[in-house]
Amino acid sequence: MLWFAEMISYVLIVLGSFFYVVGAIGIYRMPDVFTRMHAAGISDTAGAGLLLTGMMLFAVSTNVSIFVIVKLAIILGVILFTSPIATHALAQAALHAGLEPILANKKVMIGPGAHAEPVKTPRKAAPKKSAKKRAKPSSAKRASKPSPRKRRTRS
Amino acid sequence: MILAAATIAVLLALTFGVIRALRGPTVFDRVLAANAIGTGAIMLLALLGFLTGRPEFLDIGILYALLNIIGTLAVLKFFRHGDLSHPGGEEPEGS
Repeated sequence: MLWFAEMISYVLIVLGSFFYVVGAIGIYRMPDVFTRMHAAGISDTAGAGLLLTGMMLFAVSTNVSIFVIVKLAIILGVILFTSPIATHALAQAALHAGLEPILANKKVMIGPGAHAEPVKTPRKAAPKKSAKKRAKPSSAKRASKPSPRKRRTRS
Repeated sequence: MILAAATIAVLLALTFGVIRALRGPTVFDRVLAANAIGTGAIMLLALLGFLTGRPEFLDIGILYALLNIIGTLAVLKFFRHGDLSHPGGEEPEGS
């Protein structure tokens, strides 16, 4: 029975490490704050959940005290409750600061000014530029967009 | 052995988080990376506790989990209102 719990715990720990690394790679490579939040959610739920569950089964198989399992369950519960709160606050603050998510359909607007008139942006090559250029924090900085573009064409 | 491999995986994830925290174009990227680094520190503490046979490290992990959310919310409130003692609530337009 104990060896069975140990085998299951090994499988869970390997799966959890995989999901954790996948989420971290997503945090590094995603183009936008909001997509990075999505990647952070992977490592906070799947990665941490599988790792902690695997460690609970490992603690069962090694006959340590029962409080170790209780502490692991407490950590898992705290992470599962606080990670959505942090993500929600982060998304709300980012939208409030004027960051706009990269959208495929430019007419859909999200955020505090959602019911205002949609911004008319030229269709051609707009997605590529917005994907390359990370979203600027304020509209005042957005006004100074053309200067790096000139520099890029010179070089 | 498996625990050592999981520790190396968590260290790799922490490296990616540190790179994002250093390179993040906005402050929200840095806050997100700090949150991810905090979760990674909890995982690292738990794994190291099992690896060295001292599961008492889990107490420090609980403490880190409680500090992580408070720190994230405090930084976000500071960058939204510019003041930690701001009462919050609805803001006047255009601020």
